[in-house]
Amino acid sequence: MSFINYSSREINCKIVYYGPGLCGKTTNLQFIYRRTNPEQKGKLISLATETERTLFFDFLPLALGDIKGFKIRFHLYTVPGQVFYAASRKLILKGVDGVVFVADSQIERTESNIESLEDLKINLSEQGYDLDKLPFAMQYNKRDLPNIVPVADLEKLLNYRKVPSFEAVAVTGKGVFETLKAVAKQVLFELKKHY
Amino acid sequence: MMGSDLIMYEEEFQRIDAELKKLYHQANAKVVFLVDKNGQLIASAGETHDIDTTSLASLTAGNIAATGGIARLLGEKEFTILFHEGEKDNIHISLIGQRIILVVIFDNRTSLGLVRLRVKKSSESLAGIFDEITKKVEKEKGEGKLEEALFAEISDEDIDNLFR
Repeated sequence: MSFINYSSREINCKIVYYGPGLCGKTTNLQFIYRRTNPEQKGKLISLATETERTLFFDFLPLALGDIKGFKIRFHLYTVPGQVFYAASRKLILKGVDGVVFVADSQIERTESNIESLEDLKINLSEQGYDLDKLPFAMQYNKRDLPNIVPVADLEKLLNYRKVPSFEAVAVTGKGVFETLKAVAKQVLFELKKHY
Repeated sequence: MMGSDLIMYEEEFQRIDAELKKLYHQANAKVVFLVDKNGQLIASAGETHDIDTTSLASLTAGNIAATGGIARLLGEKEFTILFHEGEKDNIHISLIGQRIILVVIFDNRTSLGLVRLRVKKSSESLAGIFDEITKKVEKEKGEGKLEEALFAEISDEDIDNLFR
């Protein structure tokens, strides 16, 4: 649900990073925040517990640039990944324009990835969205760790829509901007298609 | 795309802006602003210069969303007013219609009673303006005029250029 403001000539869109607990959603936003020019970004807000687990959401506003005199702004959100924050997770999806699914590549997290993707589908449909139709990108994170599932297997397990997918190491930034670009582009193309 | 996008036109924006300024003066508030439920800042009035309004908008919407979640758990449709009291500043948050959030930040120069009274009056006018926007958007959609000029002009190349 974008916000098109003819008065201030702005287009605002919302992107949500989804995925199981500790998969690196917040780390994605932190890297984007560190590597963006000050004039392009607002504050990174993190509503986290004392142990730095996301409690409600992280929020980062980004200004990408202009198209035909309209400022293009993206609001990036993460959801709390831990299973028992289900009620909060649902709320963040309100008004979403595009979704990034961050998967944890470690073998022992395979079940959690599948569960989280199912959870995403259900929560979206409760808000009246269909994951099969939303702008969507997939990120396979933690590719630097030793005990990981091959990308081809992750593709089979998770990427049933064959959306753009990226190998990432969010702590070093590998794949982070590529993923963001892929979903942001789809959101803008979708807007263009819609009108 | 699912759901309906929020669209703001120049004419209605001016009216909303004027209404917020009126509320700001009449309630003797520090800051007044309007946010949509998804966390997008729509307009603001008052002493906004040292406030991060973008973050405030997103957190307010989060606040309303969380409170709405609690309401549904209790079998309420929604809690339409939230009030937070601080040492110096207080914040009054209210829902207009089902979609817009009106936020008033005030200190001891005024009172909660006055703020509530003025908010109630302004809410009616603001709800009227947003109804008109909805009607206008529907009308223009029906006529196929909406955004055509803007989005027809945006090429795939323009979008690609943003990401170079």
